[in-house]
Amino acid sequence: MSHTFTLDGKTISFEEGQTIMQAATKAGVFIPHLCYHPEFKPHGSCKLCTVKVNGRQTASCTMRAIAGMVVESDTPEINDERRTLTQMLFVEGNHFCPSCEKSGNCQLQATAYHLGMMSPHFDHFFPDRPVDASHPEVLLDFNRCILCSLCVRASRDVDGKNVFALSGRGIDTHLIVNAKSGQLADTNFTLHDKAAQVCPVGVILKKREGFAVPIGERSYDKQPISATVEAKQEGY
Amino acid sequence: MTAPKKKLKVATTSLAGCFGCHMSLLDIDERLFTLLEHIEFDRSPLTDIKEVSPDCDIGIIEGGLCNAENVHVLRDFRKNCKILIALGACAINGGLPAQRNHLPLTTILEEVYHTSPGVSNGMIPNDPELPLPLDQVHPIHEVVKIDYFIPGCPPSAEAIWKVLTDLLAGREPELGHGLMHYD
Repeated sequence: MSHTFTLDGKTISFEEGQTIMQAATKAGVFIPHLCYHPEFKPHGSCKLCTVKVNGRQTASCTMRAIAGMVVESDTPEINDERRTLTQMLFVEGNHFCPSCEKSGNCQLQATAYHLGMMSPHFDHFFPDRPVDASHPEVLLDFNRCILCSLCVRASRDVDGKNVFALSGRGIDTHLIVNAKSGQLADTNFTLHDKAAQVCPVGVILKKREGFAVPIGERSYDKQPISATVEAKQEGY
Repeated sequence: MTAPKKKLKVATTSLAGCFGCHMSLLDIDERLFTLLEHIEFDRSPLTDIKEVSPDCDIGIIEGGLCNAENVHVLRDFRKNCKILIALGACAINGGLPAQRNHLPLTTILEEVYHTSPGVSNGMIPNDPELPLPLDQVHPIHEVVKIDYFIPGCPPSAEAIWKVLTDLLAGREPELGHGLMHYD
């Protein structure tokens, strides 16, 4: 049996051990995602990459591709659910795009555009979350955290520093800094850490460089987030 | 000779907004003349009519809800307009005014009128004519049903034009890449 499956009717080839997400990305098919990053072990928590495999829902970033499977992704039903998940992320935190330095380069925002999210739909939580400006080079604005855990994985698996962690359970889950004081300044975190580069939203920000790129020239002003995958048939 | 087509009545208002969205509406420039062939403005800062007519077709709301009067005006718009549009970031998620939401209202009033530098013998305004502030600023969809949303801070003139012309043509409004902005 050949190593192929179908994704929205398109034949996708894959190598043994690849996930649906990896195979789709390589084939130039975009599946919306927030906690998935090609360089890290999948976390499977944001559920944006949910697809239907042989009629049943699963996260495409964790599900291994199997020859002959029938995968649905870009359907009105699945995109409606993805939009709802995105709306829940928006109301759970404090996402005020006009005053956010990450605006225009933010994966959450660009994904919401991709899914046609016109409003947050739900009632806002307006949570009270702190800002950590203790570090000389980096600002942490927890208001925008979507708990993707990419900084946790990058600091642990690449930097070997374990600067970040997710603490609490359920609705109380939040990002913490591993220092007795809880302050970033009291860790060995630097701007050159991998963890400083991976935040998909505007939590981890370099100080004194805000709004450097004018509106109209930022990443997702030029092209929608789907183009990052669709333009490249190989790699990502 | 056929009778001229009835013009759609459009009402607009700014609640807890900065009128930036209204400025963006004016930015459709000479297309305002084209628009006026199809619509007439009812209550709006552009006409200075104070009350919404009971037979409005479209109501356009800028800004969120920061006080009791905002809620009253919004409910009045909902009652009298067939279609209600939330225009801009503040109407959609509270925007800049909602950044006070994690602070207790008394703390804010104390700081603004009593303890901030340069204030002497300050007094928290208590004229009965002043609308009471809400404890938090809320987006308008949390209080009444909203039919369409135009995001942006402000939405571009192009985005506003697209939605209005789509509605006038009887199409479902759609903003594609480039017109869809939350900032």
